[in-house]
Amino acid sequence: MSDNFFDFGADALLLAGLNGKNWRLEDYVARGGYRALKKILANPGHWTSDQVIAEIKLSMLRGRGGAGFPTGMKWSFMPKDAPVKYIVCNADEGEPGTFKDRDLLRYNPHLVLEGMIIAGYAMGCRRGYMYVHGEIWEVYERCEEAVAEARMANLLGNHILGSSFSFDIFNHHGFGAYVCGEETSLLESLEGKKGRPRYKPPFPANVGLYGKPTTINNVETLANVPFIVDKGGQWFLDLNGTMAGGTKIFSISGDVARPGNYEFPLGIPFSKLLLKAGGMRDGLGLKAVIPGGSSAPVLPAAVMLETNLDYDSIAKAGSMMGSGAVIIMNETRCMVRSLLRLAEFYHEESCGQCTPCREGTGWLVRVLHRIEHGEGRAEDIDLLDDIARNISGRTICALGDAAAMPIRSFLKHFRDEFVYHIEHRSCQVADYV
Amino acid sequence: MNKLSAESYQKIDAAIAKYPPEHKQSAVMAALTIAQDERGWLSPETLKEIADYLDISPLAVYEVATFYTMYHLKSVGRYTLTVCTNLPCALQGANRTAEHLKKILNIDWGETTQDGMFTLLSGECMGACGEGPVLLRNNKTMCGNMTPQAVDSLLAELCRSRKGDADVG
Repeated sequence: MSDNFFDFGADALLLAGLNGKNWRLEDYVARGGYRALKKILANPGHWTSDQVIAEIKLSMLRGRGGAGFPTGMKWSFMPKDAPVKYIVCNADEGEPGTFKDRDLLRYNPHLVLEGMIIAGYAMGCRRGYMYVHGEIWEVYERCEEAVAEARMANLLGNHILGSSFSFDIFNHHGFGAYVCGEETSLLESLEGKKGRPRYKPPFPANVGLYGKPTTINNVETLANVPFIVDKGGQWFLDLNGTMAGGTKIFSISGDVARPGNYEFPLGIPFSKLLLKAGGMRDGLGLKAVIPGGSSAPVLPAAVMLETNLDYDSIAKAGSMMGSGAVIIMNETRCMVRSLLRLAEFYHEESCGQCTPCREGTGWLVRVLHRIEHGEGRAEDIDLLDDIARNISGRTICALGDAAAMPIRSFLKHFRDEFVYHIEHRSCQVADYV
Repeated sequence: MNKLSAESYQKIDAAIAKYPPEHKQSAVMAALTIAQDERGWLSPETLKEIADYLDISPLAVYEVATFYTMYHLKSVGRYTLTVCTNLPCALQGANRTAEHLKKILNIDWGETTQDGMFTLLSGECMGACGEGPVLLRNNKTMCGNMTPQAVDSLLAELCRSRKGDADVG
């Protein structure tokens, strides 16, 4: 397995104490692992499923996969009386710029498993599935090893640690499809089908995997759960000064000296993260930042340098926290070419089910391609905006919006570059993408 | 054509056991991966064999094999090298890496070297941008920090291992 092992930061919670090698069960237990699960199972009279959910609600934990939905509320949507229910961990991490779940799962897999087991307990599930992104095969294999260790120790299986609670986890791997990160598409894929998103409603909490009530949570979301149970929801909420509790793993990539994952309490200034990542590579100036994965609107340097990294602050600045993937672009980068590469990605990954996305993403690529290659027309800028507007909100899943958001934000903040390309019939920047 | 090996069938059975008995279809992705590991690619006969084993229609298997990009529906070289060229990797030098590979192997995207050793593929985000530029070897092994120099070492290593006829992974 290739490795860029950095110091994840002094404030790390989920990635604390990891050295790349201490991922096994015994290491995790030595770090205090499975203490939260044992606490629950030792005192089920206090730790009822309602009590666990109440603690998660108190913590204000919000989903870390991109949407930021409150986790406790999501769990409370699961019907109480259904005989068969599922918890699914979404480890299908493929949003360009995002690579935090890979590190969590390869360096600290038992933390995620413990979170899943507690989630299973809270929602009354007997079975959970871990859906691992196909390209990170080595992480899938590690998950297989970690699950085997947990079964050997009776942390999974029948009557966990002698309690009345039985629960097991199975790993499933994808094999190359970005859209399967969308939760209903992921369920289709788990059922052995093409990953095409389903209409909502019905929501997965009512009709999910095999038609049964299902909750899908991101890896990092579940990794927070053992800490909340062990130390309390209030403690978790107090980890930062924002309205949402906890830390966040920021995946920083692009033109920085040390791309990688760094964990901080939510709400730190962007400049602090940039500094931690070694600053700009080659000492170049900062031009633009995509703060939440490729689907999040781009922001100019001046705005970003004044912004704190938390849900509300990034939203106020005009973008979104998303998955916490921060893509850095330096002053030499061409924004038309950067946008073209992102547009190609959404076109390639469109599942083809909805016409606005299937056709619209192709139009976006063709128009951007001609602008970048000196064949743009004066009306193309309005055309791009028009196509993006007509994709937004007109598709079954969020991939349509994800394809449209970069377009509209690049045009909003860097319109001059598009105009320049069209007027001068060329791109002035040397090839890089 | 010969059937898949007993070892592959054991692995497929282990995959089937992960799902409720009435949902064997859930194992189709794993079964296709196991078959591709053994055969290198998925022929129509292999797809049919898997469909029969899982009691689903060949069309259902074909739909899956064509939807997910890491399944190969035509033969590929002994080593597939899939280079991520998405924005984060591109900002970290992926296009230089890709051009270097094309030049050294003397092939373009989607092509295989004449000796059948290497197939070069262009990939989308692999979720490992922190180590960009990245390339994925035979769909299973992530190779990070792939500068042109790192590519040279990787190719030399793979050519050596072929002579010893050892590692195929």
